Amino acid sequence: MIQFTNVTKRYASGQEALSNVSFDIATGDMAFLTGHSGAGKSTLLKLIACIERPTSGQVVVNGRNLAHIKRAQVPALRRQIGMIFQDHKLIAERTVFDNVALPLIIAGLHNAVETARRVRAALDKVGLLGKEKQLPVMLSSGEQQRVGIARAVVNKPALLLADEPTGNLDPDLAAEVMGLFEQFNQVGVTVLIVSHNLGLISRFQHRILNLEKGCLLSHAPLIHEAPPCA
Amino acid sequence: MRLKNYLLNHAYALVYSLGQISRTPLSSMMTVMVIGITLALPTVLYVALQNTQQLTAGLDNVAQMSLFLKKDTREENAADLAGQLRSNPDIATLEVITPEQALEEFRHSSGFADALRALEENPLPFVLVIKPVTSHPDTVARLQATLQKLPEADFVQLDMQWVQRLYAALGIVQRGVMILAGLLGLGVLLIVGNTIRLGIHSNRDEITITKLMGATDAFVRRPFLYAGTWYGVLGGLLAWLLVSVALALLAEPVQHLSTLYGSRFALGGLDVSGTLLLLLIATLLGLLGSWLAVGRYLRAVEPV
Repeated sequence: MIQFTNVTKRYASGQEALSNVSFDIATGDMAFLTGHSGAGKSTLLKLIACIERPTSGQVVVNGRNLAHIKRAQVPALRRQIGMIFQDHKLIAERTVFDNVALPLIIAGLHNAVETARRVRAALDKVGLLGKEKQLPVMLSSGEQQRVGIARAVVNKPALLLADEPTGNLDPDLAAEVMGLFEQFNQVGVTVLIVSHNLGLISRFQHRILNLEKGCLLSHAPLIHEAPPCA
Repeated sequence: MRLKNYLLNHAYALVYSLGQISRTPLSSMMTVMVIGITLALPTVLYVALQNTQQLTAGLDNVAQMSLFLKKDTREENAADLAGQLRSNPDIATLEVITPEQALEEFRHSSGFADALRALEENPLPFVLVIKPVTSHPDTVARLQATLQKLPEADFVQLDMQWVQRLYAALGIVQRGVMILAGLLGLGVLLIVGNTIRLGIHSNRDEITITKLMGATDAFVRRPFLYAGTWYGVLGGLLAWLLVSVALALLAEPVQHLSTLYGSRFALGGLDVSGTLLLLLIATLLGLLGSWLAVGRYLRAVEPV
């Protein structure tokens, strides 16, 4: 599902966020990405979602080589990816229902009955059924995070990317949210979660990719062997 | 199915843009009012111009020229010439005044009857009094030139030169109105563009989020284009309302004035085609203004 081959990302400022990173996440896998802040975790996610382009190397997502993707083709790629953000990125002026329905509308689903059914199913899954009419500010941080998750899965994407989804949650809620991701993974969704909550992620039996200063340290079990960090 | 989806996409953007406008009622209303007032000004001038043209249309039969024939022209020649000229398509009516008739008239109207009796011979020439088919300056000038070239012609006197001057002045006013309308149209373009730019700015987060969810450029662009179009439409309607009220207020004093002049002239309002043109121009300016703003600013809003 995700293949990085010798990917380097250098920003215009000269700062090298990723150095020669190679790894492979198979379809249906679940993996954690960890590392100190500034290690390049966010950059790695941005490369997958085509928010940033690699300076060198090759990124392939769901069979698509992002090196050759045109600007106009980016939206179609992003629709296959469900993204979850640490700051939720909910639209403050819109209700929970409208927020969750957004990916469906963007994808061109205009059937109100079908939209309502899928939004309610997604909200049911994260345990927020009954809060459709509320505005995000009326919800707790944990609830807002779960609205974000419902929005990410409402379109049944093949890949879920989560950037620190448990960053602002207390341990119980964090475990609950991780459990949710595991459920999605069990029905075939590929999941990549950025988290530095090592205590939490080590409780799951999934691969852990460890980034440090732009280099991949441990990545067992991994297909490609990355050269040692310079 | 594709077409239906396309239309539904547009319906969504249309409704969404209305929601967007109504979410900031005060600033939206200000924008609409500025557009309305800006468009009302050239529209009022346009209506005033149309009314002036209607007034001057009544002057069509007042232009008149007198062709004075050379002193030695004989009566048969004068009659021949009159016959030829009557077939000229620019001439509506032609009247021959003989020197005797002229002298008689002069005697009656001038009060110099005794002095004139002392003259040994009639000093007056044959005069052809000609009314052109219209008072349009082009026709009058053409006719004047033709008459001037006639071998029998001594000189041509245009009795209604002020009509020509009026037409010339109207031409200047007309062009001035066009220039003003152009400038104000440009103003509307900038107003809409700026409002849309602010809208893009205040919706930055939302735009970024929809782009992250895989929204195409067209999807993001559409509500803003519709919003600009709405501003144009609403501004155009307001301009129409303002012009109608202004004309209604002016109608009575104008009526009073024309009665004092013994005229039955009544102030004409904005006709149907004028109204449609106003709304069409307003809509297009709104669309174009938002198009420019969207093209300039929306691409720059990208998730980072």
